[in-house]
This record gives sequence, structure tokens and C-alpha cells, in this order.
Amino acid sequence: MKLIQKKIIMNEEEMKRTLKRLTHEIIEKSHGIENLVLVGIQTRGVYLAKRISLELKKITKKIVSLGILDITLYRDDVTSISHQPIVKETKIQFDVTGKNVILVDDVLFTGRTIRSAIDEIIDFGRPKTIKLAVLVDRGGRELPIQPDFVGKKFPISKNELICVHLKEIDKIDSVVLKEKR
Amino acid sequence: MEANVNLLILNGTVCDPANRTYKKADIFIENGKIKKCSPRIYSGVNEAKIIDAKGKIVVPGLIDIHTHLREPGREDEETIRTGTSAAAVGGFTTICCMPNTNPVIDSVSGVKFVFATAHQEGVVNVLPIGAITKKSEGLELAEIGKMKNAGIVAISDDGKPVMNANIMRRALEYCKMLDIPVISHCEDANLSALGEMNEGYISTLLGLKGIPKQAEEIMVARDIALCELTEGKLHIAHVSTAHSVELIRDAKKRGIKVTAETAPQYFSLTDEEVKISNYNTNTKVNPPLRTKEDVNAILRGLADGTIDCIASDHAPHLIEEKEQEYKIAPFGIIGLETTLPLVITNIVNEKILSLSSAISKLTYNPAKILGLEKGTLAVGSDADITIIDLNKTKPIQKFESKCKNSPFIGMKLTGFATTTIVAGKIIMEDGNIVST
Amino acid sequence: MKLEHKDLLGLEYLSKAEIELILKTAKPFKEIFTRTVKKVPTLRGKTVVLLFYEPSTRTRTSFELAAKRLSADTVNIAISSSAVVKGESLIDTAKTIEAMKADFVIIRHSMSGAAHIIAKTISASVVNAGDGMHEHPTQGLLDMFTIIEKKGKIKGLNIAIIGDILHSRVARSNIWGLNKLGANVFVVGPSTLIPKEIKKMNVEVHYNIAEIIHKLDVVNILRIQKERQQQHLFPSLEEYSELFGINSEKLRNAKSDILIMHPGPMNRGIEISTEVADSKNSVITEQVTNGIAVRMAVLYLLAGGDGGECESFNS
Repeated sequence: MKLIQKKIIMNEEEMKRTLKRLTHEIIEKSHGIENLVLVGIQTRGVYLAKRISLELKKITKKIVSLGILDITLYRDDVTSISHQPIVKETKIQFDVTGKNVILVDDVLFTGRTIRSAIDEIIDFGRPKTIKLAVLVDRGGRELPIQPDFVGKKFPISKNELICVHLKEIDKIDSVVLKEKR
Repeated sequence: MEANVNLLILNGTVCDPANRTYKKADIFIENGKIKKCSPRIYSGVNEAKIIDAKGKIVVPGLIDIHTHLREPGREDEETIRTGTSAAAVGGFTTICCMPNTNPVIDSVSGVKFVFATAHQEGVVNVLPIGAITKKSEGLELAEIGKMKNAGIVAISDDGKPVMNANIMRRALEYCKMLDIPVISHCEDANLSALGEMNEGYISTLLGLKGIPKQAEEIMVARDIALCELTEGKLHIAHVSTAHSVELIRDAKKRGIKVTAETAPQYFSLTDEEVKISNYNTNTKVNPPLRTKEDVNAILRGLADGTIDCIASDHAPHLIEEKEQEYKIAPFGIIGLETTLPLVITNIVNEKILSLSSAISKLTYNPAKILGLEKGTLAVGSDADITIIDLNKTKPIQKFESKCKNSPFIGMKLTGFATTTIVAGKIIMEDGNIVST
Repeated sequence: MKLEHKDLLGLEYLSKAEIELILKTAKPFKEIFTRTVKKVPTLRGKTVVLLFYEPSTRTRTSFELAAKRLSADTVNIAISSSAVVKGESLIDTAKTIEAMKADFVIIRHSMSGAAHIIAKTISASVVNAGDGMHEHPTQGLLDMFTIIEKKGKIKGLNIAIIGDILHSRVARSNIWGLNKLGANVFVVGPSTLIPKEIKKMNVEVHYNIAEIIHKLDVVNILRIQKERQQQHLFPSLEEYSELFGINSEKLRNAKSDILIMHPGPMNRGIEISTEVADSKNSVITEQVTNGIAVRMAVLYLLAGGDGGECESFNS
């Protein structure tokens, strides 16, 4: 399978603006950030959560707790696929009980990752609320899951793919539409 | 009676090492004896069944000096009927059965049982070997003289060593007057205790208890010394190590009356097979499979005559006995049906021995050791004859034996017996026992 | 990246990359033990049969917890070794387990090669939890995991295994694994308990720990079995203890950060003194914790099905 780049959906500047807007929305809809925690989903959700937390700090001068979640062990397909996905670090060093948790991920597609993430968070405790922030919603849901905060809606077909590149690991900030051939 | 049908074997190449013959010749068999053996027999022959041996080798019927038939006592593993059928398929016309049955053949009644059953059920000649000691317990000599009179051809406590040197001494001394060899299973039972395979790198890797080569060599050396002392006839069973070969070579040089045999596994396989096969218990034999160096020494010993003969050491065990943990699976593999092709494939075709020399190790030499008037195609001798197709190649799959415990299953081998004739009667043709 | 075989029978059969994958995977599993719910749903609906022909509270419990923390169902089958000869054959037991649709069989057996026999017979994944004197791969892995956790690496470290090398499956698995990861491996013990050919496994043999103690980064002390005395392998436990028992006196010239390991259960006062076992250098209890993480990683990595590769983006 080859991936052909078709289109740049967001450049560095647009991503920056989008994240800023998302942060404002989060503050607005959360009625203050006292009880707020951010949990980034491995891998790129972790960096996006971090960026949002920096924005939050800039705006509110307050620091929110940041957690890392790897949902691999909660996937619904680990015993059927032939190559086991690499298990990455999970690090939630605060009690989630009673918190307003914002899950952060890069692209929302089938909703299965988010289902896993919700289940996993609940094994850590009983949050007051769990909300979902994503950079791109590409449509194509297989589960009844919807985002609360969306950077950009960009419905695409099954043989297309949205790749989020982040400076922290990809040396560049951009969101690209690719096609599988 | 079918035995009265005369046979004429035409167009074959006769290989008869006992008479230094290797030539194209026909053989005429009358009344179970060889009547003529010469090129182009036309005249003086009537009413004979003709066997066309074109492109094949005609040899004296093979003799196995070391077989386990399991009857009496373990008829579930092998009977005299099935064991002799396996022998016939393997080209053997005479087999000498070890006494470690249940009960042990340590008395005249046991010997008579074997002869009687073989006469009724057997399809090839069966010659019993009696025990050295009562119940092969190594404590008290069995009635060897009486058994000799009943027809045993040798004595052995095979499967177990005679640990007491004094008893071994007396056995050799006593058999001197009876003129039969003492076949020694050379193993120091204290050194080999609980052993599972050859002691070395592979046993270290696999975590299996090792049996050092010295467990065999110490006893080979002891028995040679006792043979020198008593001037008896010593035959060393299943030689497996390089140093054992050296000890025997040296003893023969010094004029000691020692002879020796090996079995095909000791020149065909090494202890690495245990690892390669992932603990396949068909690699568990006693003595154990040794190293490449030992295999090479065995081959040299065969080539220079140090090792006189090749025996099958046919040791049937049921699948359920063998398919166990390596430690508790019994030692032993079947061999009657694979010995000849292994000799042809690994000894003759590899040019270790000429065909004549290889055949003598399966015919004339064992006959000589046991004092049998067999292993020859001389006119007047018993018409025990095996016809071999040297070009036939096939994978080892089916067995006439009741058991299938062979490490050679699936292996492609060359050189199989196509016809086995015992006392002038066709017993086996193309791998099938001819119904009697 | 995945494990090449359906079974884990020994570290001899794993590549360096496979060992590294298991050790890397084990790391995030350790975090699960700190959660309120010490359990993930990964192997929900899978059945793990623990087939133990030798009593072993420690290894069995570790495997059982590993399986349970991955949400697999576990079944214990304990068969005394004395029943092996008379009772149902190993192959029949294996076939019975297969017929019950087990997904994993964890087998401990007193005889070398037992795990191979089962692995050849059934399609479930077989994990060798110790077979006779052959291998105990998960012990080797957890030892390596512990060393990496404390020392940051294995490559280049001087690691000694001390005691009854001849009969030790722990020693064999450690030798294979440590060598593959580039350690310098030493074995120390009485000459009757070190097989001559062990040198070919790329280890340095010593009969006196004093010769090498100054350069060692890790000592892994094996349990000594009382029965060996009856087999004429050494004269008395007291003498063994004097010559090979690790105490602070023998560690006098050791590096200050030397790691003390023991697969357990310990004979305190015989192969290891209480002072050493409880010292700050000892990681013996951490080995136990790490054992569960490593076994979880092994089960996880062996659990893959025949389906396609996982889609790593957009889900």
C-alpha cells in the first residue's frame, strides 16, 4: 500500500489558531478550570494535550493536570490482529474521581479509540464528566460517539487518511490528506 | 509343500563375500539347498520357478546378530511372527534374538519356547541367545551348557551390563569350552545411571542427564582385559564411541579374541539429532547417539575391519511408551527394516566400504562369530538368499514390525531387499510377506 | 514486530529483537499495578491453563496474576510428578486441554523437553514455566528486565550466576538471554555442578567467586537443592555454604552498586546470607513484581490472532 499526499488541510499557522480557539472553547464550556484535567491519547493526542495545557496557562495563569493514556490494552481487536501493537506508556498521576476530564486526540474516525479511552479512564476512578477534544473529525463513526470540541470537520472516504504532523515528533506542524493506493 | 518348488534366480549379480565371488551368475535351488551357482544355467534344470534378478544383487541371506523380539512377555510390542516378518522385509533370513524377554531366556525351557514358536510362527530362521546370568540379574551364572545343548548360539545379558567382573570372567572362561561367544553390553551402570543421552554440549543445552562415553569404554576395556585373561570369545555389542573402536583395534592387534558390532544409528546419526528433533524420543537409544567424531571413528572401524559386523539392535516399543517425556521414554528403536538401506546409503554409496565388504558384515562375519554354517552361497549350503535392488530409493514410512519407533521415518534411503528366500522358499517379494 | 513462534519454550529460540520487544512491552505493564483497578480488559474471554507437574507457588501465582490482570480466565491443573508415570500421559493431558479450547497452556514440569512435547501436540500457545534442567524463559526475562531497570542496560555488564549450574534451568535461560543482549556472563559453583561443555555457551567458568567479585555488576544466586548432597555432588550443605554462599564477607571487594538477585525461594544462611538478601543492593522482591509484568507482556505478545495488521492511524 502506498500513501499519496493529496492536500494540506492545515498549516502551522492554522493549527496554532485552531488550538487557541479550542482552548477558549474548553474554558468557556467548562465553567472555569479548577476541576479540569487533560488526558492526551498516545501518541499525538499527548502532544496536543500538552499544547492545550500551555495555552490554558497563558490565558488563565493556572496549571491543569496532564495525563497520558495508551489505549492499546483496551482495544477490541488485540486478540485478532496478527501483529500486536506496541504498548506505550500510560501516566495518570492524579485521582480522576470527581474531575472534568478532557480527552484529547488528533483525529476522530470510527470512535473505537475513544470508547477504549473512556473505559480505561473509568478504571482509574469516577470522573464527574468526560469530554472529547479532537483536532480533526474525519467522519465515519462506527460507535455513537461525538466530539465536544472540534478543530476542523473534514469528512473523507474510507480510502483516504488524515495525517497529523507535530513538530515534537514529526519536525513539522501540518495536517495532510492522503490517499491509500 | 511349496518348499519343494525349485527356484532359479536368473540374470543377477552374485555377491558372495564368503567365497570371494562378485560376478554375473544364476543360482539354482533344489530342496532348499543351493545346487548350482554359475553363469548361464540352462541344463539340468526342470520345473523351477524363475526369479528374474536382472539389475539386482544376489547375496547370502542377511544375518542379524542382535534382535529383540519381545516374545515371550511383550507380545503387544512384537511377536516372533511380526519380528521375523520385519526381518524378511529387511532382507534378513536369520536373526539372533536377545534373551531379555519376560521371562528372561535363561533356561532350556525358554530356549525351547523360542525354537518352537519360531518353527510355528516365524518366517525366517530364529536363533536364540541365552542369558549370561539368571534373570540377567548379574548375580549367578545361568545354565549355559544346557542352553547350548538346546541350541543357543551365544550368551548375553544385553540391555544390562554384567557389573561384577568376576562373574564376567567366569562366563568367558566357561564359554570357552562351549565355544560360543559372550556378547557384552558394555555400560558402567553407575556412571550411566539416570542418563538420557550422550553427555556433552547437546545434553548441556537440552538439560538432559548425560551418559559419558567412558561408561561404555571402561567396560570395553574391562571385558577385553577379561578376554585376554580367560582366552574366551568376547563379542562387543553396539559399539558407539571412538575410543571403544581404538580399544578393540588395539586388542585385535594383540591377538585377543574379540569381535565387535555396531548398529546403523551409530554411523548415521549424532546426538545433535535429539536437539534438531526437539526431544523426539526416537532418538533415545542405549548406548546413546554420540558425536560426529564418534561416527567417523565407527566408519573407520568398519572400514579397517575393527568392527566385524553390523546388527540391527531392533528394539520395538509402542507409540504410547515412546510418546512420553524424554526421561521416562524407554531406550531403543526398531531396525530390521532400515539396516540394509542405511548400510547401502551411508556406507556403500558413501564409499566407506565396497559392496562385498558391507555385505560380509551382514552375512559371513556374523556367521563366523557365531559358528554358523550360513552367510554363504556355496553349493550345498542352505538356500537363504536375499536379492537387493541397489537403485531403489524411497522414504521410510511403513513397517512390518508392530512398532514404529524409528528416527529414520521420512528419511529417503537407497538400497532395499526385493526378495527374501529362506531355505529355498520365497518369504518376501517387493516388500510384502508372501502368504504361507 | 511480533514473536516468531506461537510458543515461548526457551530464550535459545528467541532473537535479540524478540527479547528486546518483550522487555520493552513489559515496562508499561508495570504501571497497571499502581492503578486502583489493577486490571486491563485485553485478554477478556481468553483461557489460560496453568498445568503444573511440580509444586511452585511463586511461578504459578505470578503467571496467574499476569493472566488475571489481563482479564483472562485461569484454570489450575496441578499434577504431582509421581503420578506422571502411572497416570494419564502428558500428550493425552495436552489433547484434553486442547479439546477444552484453552488459548494458553503454561506448563511447569520436572523433565526437560516436556514443554516441547505439548507445543508439538496442540495449537494453543505454550509457555514454558520451567522444564527439568532445560529452560525457564520467563525467569530469564524478568531477571533481564530487573537488570535493565536498575542498570539501564545489559550490554557490557559483568554478570555472574552462582550455584548449581548443571541442574539449573534458570541458569540456562539467563545465559542465552544475557549473551544475546551482550553481557559478559560468568558461572561460579562447585566443579561437580558446572558441566564441562557449558563454556561453549559463551560463559567464563570460575570455581572461586573471589577471583571475579571486584568486577561484577550483578550476581544472580541460584537455589541449592539438598538432594544434590545425596548424589555425591558436594559433601555437605555447610561446606557448600562456606565455599559458595554469598555473604557480606565475600562481597567485601564488590562494587558498591552490585545487584544481588535470586530467583527464589531462598535458603537463607546457605546460598545467601540474610544480611545480603535484605541489603540495599538486593532486588529480590522487585524481581517478583517484575515477573508479573514480564509474564503479562509475554501473554500479550503471544495473544495475536491471524487477522490483518492493526491500523495505526485514524481509529
